Amino acid sequence: MRRSMLFLPGNNPNMLINGNCLGADAIIFDLEDAVSPAEKDAARILVRNTLRYMDFGGCERIVRINSIDTPYWKKDLSTILPWKPDMILLPKTGAAADAQAVDAYLTELEQQLGMEPNTVALMPLIETAMGVENAFSIATAAKRVRALFLGAEDLTTDLQCKRTKESKEIFYARTRLVMAARAAGVEVYDTPFIDINDDIGIREDAAFAKDLGFSGKVSISPRHVEVINEVFSPTQSEIDYAYEVLDAIALAKKQGKGAISLRGKMIDAPIVTRAQQTISMAMALGLGREEA
Amino acid sequence: MDKLVKSIQEAVKLSGLKDGMTISFHHHLRNGDFVLNMVMEQIAGLGIRDLNVNASSLFDAHMPILEHIKNGVVTGISADYIAAGVGRAISQGIMQKPVQFRTHGGRPSDIALGRTPIDVAFIAAPTADPMGNCSGKYGKSACGSLGYAFADAMYAKKVVVITDNLVAYPLQDFSISEDYVDYVVTVDAIGDPKGIVSGTTQITRDPVGLVMAAHAARVIEASGLLKDGFSFQTGAGGASLAAAKFLKDIMLEKKIQGSFGMGGITGYMVEMLQAGCFRNLMDVQCFDLKAVESIRTDPRHLEISAMQYASPSSRSAAVDSLDVVILGATQIDTDFNVNVHTDSNGYIMGGSGGHSDTAAGAKLSMIIAPMFRARLPIVTDKVTCVSTPGKDIDVLVTQGGIAVNPKNQELQQRLMAAGLPVVDIRELKEKTERITGTPKTLAKGDRVVAEVIDRYGQLQDSIYNVPTK
Repeated sequence: MRRSMLFLPGNNPNMLINGNCLGADAIIFDLEDAVSPAEKDAARILVRNTLRYMDFGGCERIVRINSIDTPYWKKDLSTILPWKPDMILLPKTGAAADAQAVDAYLTELEQQLGMEPNTVALMPLIETAMGVENAFSIATAAKRVRALFLGAEDLTTDLQCKRTKESKEIFYARTRLVMAARAAGVEVYDTPFIDINDDIGIREDAAFAKDLGFSGKVSISPRHVEVINEVFSPTQSEIDYAYEVLDAIALAKKQGKGAISLRGKMIDAPIVTRAQQTISMAMALGLGREEA
Repeated sequence: MDKLVKSIQEAVKLSGLKDGMTISFHHHLRNGDFVLNMVMEQIAGLGIRDLNVNASSLFDAHMPILEHIKNGVVTGISADYIAAGVGRAISQGIMQKPVQFRTHGGRPSDIALGRTPIDVAFIAAPTADPMGNCSGKYGKSACGSLGYAFADAMYAKKVVVITDNLVAYPLQDFSISEDYVDYVVTVDAIGDPKGIVSGTTQITRDPVGLVMAAHAARVIEASGLLKDGFSFQTGAGGASLAAAKFLKDIMLEKKIQGSFGMGGITGYMVEMLQAGCFRNLMDVQCFDLKAVESIRTDPRHLEISAMQYASPSSRSAAVDSLDVVILGATQIDTDFNVNVHTDSNGYIMGGSGGHSDTAAGAKLSMIIAPMFRARLPIVTDKVTCVSTPGKDIDVLVTQGGIAVNPKNQELQQRLMAAGLPVVDIRELKEKTERITGTPKTLAKGDRVVAEVIDRYGQLQDSIYNVPTK
């Protein structure tokens, strides 16, 4: 479960060691945009040591490496991989070949380190027009690709349009990515909301992303984490309804009924699947029924 | 009868001050205070020596006192708080006689009980009339409440009011009344307004501070104490103030009206009053301009004396009606003893102030502190100095978990039931030391430089000199 993923600059030790206290389901240690070229080495070592010595409990550890058109990405991977990050975030993924290049190197490193193949997952960051157009092929480029992540800042630069709070300019990219990811059977995460002081804006933006089908949202500010978690968690009424659906199905089976209805609506397979998803998330959050 | 005298020097002479006596000062002008230094300069000029200075606090604006110590004018100090500059010199052994630290409640208690008699009290007053009725609410040097000066005025043998805003008799809205005052002196300025109060007190934006603050608010919510009539005190530190913000949101959402907010009052507590979170504020000291404005204009904002605030020998004190207090710590040990007197190198840089008084009185005493500052863990096996005993502390809130004092099992169960991240304080210590390493034990000097007197007048701990390398 990754409702929220929080970026932390790879060259800020105070933030790195407190990363697991900030409430996010996953932390993204950033070696790319947050780190100037002069500090790439230092950040790489800091992130390696953080992975090595810090206990992040249930918080997933993701590292954003530098893109494959830089001289840094291989060093990034070879330095951090021995300490088993859960996932690698690959920026500026424009085509399946980009993901495959990283996949091949990861496979090589996993072999050298005696790790099971595909131990470390890959999440391509789609932030170019080419990447959006190739989203499905990227999502299916390798077995270790488990999610896509939309990055709207670079994308709007590539689109030569203004990045706005209303985000109409990325509507196509958002829906295209959700479609591609769901078709490929992987998760999909929405772009960060940039105004860290707009508490209402982040809630609306996250709720809209959830309505479009995103699995969660990335944040650049710890202040947004709680709201994102709240938006992407099932509400009590959603949980109650999901249990009602499953109870009704169980009862119908017992009574040998085929079609059943609840609150005047037919319950079909998609509704049952959604109810199961809601309950599995509620259980993970400790919000489910004890006996379930 | 004419109480107006033309200079501080004349007031000192008229007061009958002699070698070996005790003089007192309040600290409402904080780091902007001119009065202590002006008075000491005149006293030194008159050749009076061997004085005991009983100040409710000493700030670094009072660094000139170090010269008077070296020259033998000052040979004893009693204070509730001593800032780092003066504190460092004391830790290095500048005084022959140990400094006596008291609490904001213990100081007026010991004065009232005659344990620490005052010969002459010098009371800086932002506004006064010629007979000595005075107030902190008005004038260019306004500081708001004069809470810490009441005991000095009531019990000193002689009382000198020093003001830079003399108004016609009678001053209508006075705090300290003329019947306690012997002499009134006017000066050009009693302080620098910039150092007296801060413009605004800001809530922290530090994400770790905000995590701690959110935990703190949830602890209060889960404690069962947050209901109509709730009373609350918090400090002016970033995370404490942020906790108040989260608490305010909860109180407004649940439509809870508290009885009173107390303490050193900040603008944020004023906002809580104005939003309907409390019926009243009980104010022993104002921290910022908004608090000063409020105590001057809002009748719900009450000025209280340090005796009413926290004295254990008063017939009752407001701390005993307090539900929750949020406090800070430089160190806390696995027995929940808290140090707020010394820094990580053992140098004096603070004091209890109202820490131990509110911790003893409140139903829930919470320490809010990060797991480590710079590279030093906050939780330790044994604090360098026991400022507040662990028996009076209920819970420690950090970003990495919430440790409940085992004496309060009910609270522990409530917090666990609320799904809060409760950890054993020893586990918290180990978890922190896995990141920071275990710090070396401090080398302690062989001479006591300060005695920590508890609020009941008993010796609680001793602070030793820091050996020079």
